[in-house]
Amino acid sequence: MEARRVKKPLHVISFIVENKPGVLFRVAWLIRRRNFNIESISVGPTENANISRMTITLYGDEPTVEQVVKQLRKLVDVLKVSRLDPDNTVIREMALVKVHVPDPAARADLDYYVRAFRGRIVDLSPDAAIVEVTGTPQKIDAFIELMRSFGIKELARTGATALPRSPKE
Amino acid sequence: MRLSGAKALVKSLEDEGVEVIFGIPGGAILPVYDALHDSSIRHILVRHEQCAAHAADGYARASGRVGVCMATSGPGATNLVTGIATAYMDSSPIVAITGQVARHMIGRDAFQEADIIGITTPITKYSFQIQSAEEVPRVVKEAFYLATEGRPAPVLIDFPVDVQREEAEMDFDAKISPHLNKVVKEPHPLQVKRAAEILLNAERPVILAGGGVILSNASEELRALAELLMIPVTVTLMGKGAFPENHPLYIGRIGMHGSAAANKLIMEADVILAVGTRFSDRSTGRFDAFARDATLIHVDIDAAEIGKNIKPEIPIVADAKHALKAIYEAAKELARKRDSSTWLQKVKEVKESLEKTGQNSADELSPKNLIREIRRLLPTDGIVTTGVGRNQMWASLYLEVYHPRTFITSGGLGTMGFGLPAALGAKVAKPNSIVVDIDGDGSFLMTERELATSIAENIPIIAVILNDGWLGMVKYWQDLFYGRRYCATCLKRGIPDFVKLAEAYGANAARPQSLEEFSKAFKEAMSSDRTTVIDVWINPDEPVLPFAPPGRSLAEMIIDLREVRRGGS
Repeated sequence: MEARRVKKPLHVISFIVENKPGVLFRVAWLIRRRNFNIESISVGPTENANISRMTITLYGDEPTVEQVVKQLRKLVDVLKVSRLDPDNTVIREMALVKVHVPDPAARADLDYYVRAFRGRIVDLSPDAAIVEVTGTPQKIDAFIELMRSFGIKELARTGATALPRSPKE
Repeated sequence: MRLSGAKALVKSLEDEGVEVIFGIPGGAILPVYDALHDSSIRHILVRHEQCAAHAADGYARASGRVGVCMATSGPGATNLVTGIATAYMDSSPIVAITGQVARHMIGRDAFQEADIIGITTPITKYSFQIQSAEEVPRVVKEAFYLATEGRPAPVLIDFPVDVQREEAEMDFDAKISPHLNKVVKEPHPLQVKRAAEILLNAERPVILAGGGVILSNASEELRALAELLMIPVTVTLMGKGAFPENHPLYIGRIGMHGSAAANKLIMEADVILAVGTRFSDRSTGRFDAFARDATLIHVDIDAAEIGKNIKPEIPIVADAKHALKAIYEAAKELARKRDSSTWLQKVKEVKESLEKTGQNSADELSPKNLIREIRRLLPTDGIVTTGVGRNQMWASLYLEVYHPRTFITSGGLGTMGFGLPAALGAKVAKPNSIVVDIDGDGSFLMTERELATSIAENIPIIAVILNDGWLGMVKYWQDLFYGRRYCATCLKRGIPDFVKLAEAYGANAARPQSLEEFSKAFKEAMSSDRTTVIDVWINPDEPVLPFAPPGRSLAEMIIDLREVRRGGS
């Protein structure tokens, strides 16, 4: 989170790995070993059951990002590493935010914000609500800022995942 | 063919051409040892697992083949760690095989269980845990492939004991996973052409050869290129042996304790062709000051090394042998003569003027005299290993090396205790070469017990201990940077008596009092079929010079300590 205040561009590295035990450990170890300050990491299966896709986002200068890419390429279980151009990439993240909404006025305000961000209220209790919101990491940041006025009880973010757009002819 | 996992492992190792394994058995690796009993593979029983890894490493560095070490689970496996890390830092291909508790016990903190995969991930190229017996042939093939392909490195195979006993139908023709092949060997032709052009136009070029030149067996190609373009050659510590040191184009080794001429000349170069080096801080001094004004061409098989510490103008990702050959051919094709005379004249002058500087010890048994005497007596194909510390730096400064794989030292990790077990591994790889461990007393004591292995397994080597009674390099730093406050560095010379210690193991021993006595002892050791320890008491205040202090540029090296002391620092 610290890195966010520094004005360095956001980089998205997408890579596919063998879906087997220990791979996430090796990637996480590499990031720690080389002292890379990453913003988020996400992992999940792909259309091929033997392969998973991981996405790392980080703010950094060019040499650092190049090193991350080169070091990832060296890992035996990593099959392919791509740097995604943020302008030609669909980047999404999901967040669940549990906020304090003890009265009807607060709930009305919340509903207004959630609509504006095309989120959804997925759980309601007498004094709290859980909101689901999806979008770019920047949009999630903005939404979370707004939610602070209610009082955030708990927060979970998935980290960004991404795919490059198909080239246009 | 239906076999147990253990038998399949041994057969797979035989298929890989393994002739020797260094190791120590234990409960969780016993099925493999039982299978080894029927094998042609020689097992060398060391006395501590760390030395199994160092010996495998020494074997690999001397021969260019994969060294194999083996240990049981838990403490056996963790004792390998220093040896694996040493091999990793110096890109040495070893395969380490460890026993592991049975699969259903993994994660239950069983007796002698250690998460050796987790522990060794940072110091191996890859680590396998065999999950079922039928995987054995493929895993062994992949391990040997990964250890040697591209940048060599250690690979670990963790083998649960129940899988060792499990029987399965074995496919010894199993193919390795195609995605393991990631290595680019051939250089990019355009980059090669640019490199050749730049070298031809250079006024003050220098070739810097690292350990990668030795690993890719590229010494001939290096020499051909240097001679074609008449470019002076320097090496890193790991590159020692890549270029014959009696060659007129050789200018010495760079680094913190490099030769004065090499350090001075590389800082004056306008073009540097660096091959198979990772620009360790010990080689370059301060990164931002190194070769600031030079055009840098960097050849390395590991793309991640390019630009990691120092950014080159011309990056070339390739095998050193292929790249040097390609640059040679491109330069030849351009068929231009390079006017090298001015620069070579300067190189000659610098070499001659700096060779005479520095302090010369008045002692007869000075490290310089002793090491030059070793060189005089030792055949050119003799192999020298070293400990770590002053002994290592003196050996690297004063011992001329003429052939690759004849100078073996722990460069990256700087592991004290490396010398003796590495010497044993080298001797096993090259039984017809004389192998000498130039060591310090502190270093030697860390693995001294391997004298037992040497005698019991009949692996004769010569250990020359430059005995100053101190952790000498550390004391030296305390001398220079800590106001001579000697905290925890005095070993109290005479404890132990290395002559008696050697004799207790059944080795020959001598403590020469003069250079003449040393020569006599060394000659006797060379003709003996038994290991000899020569304990030489040297002056504890002997400096290591030149010295480019840590965090400083190579240009700021100290050549004569009297200057420092006069300067009052």
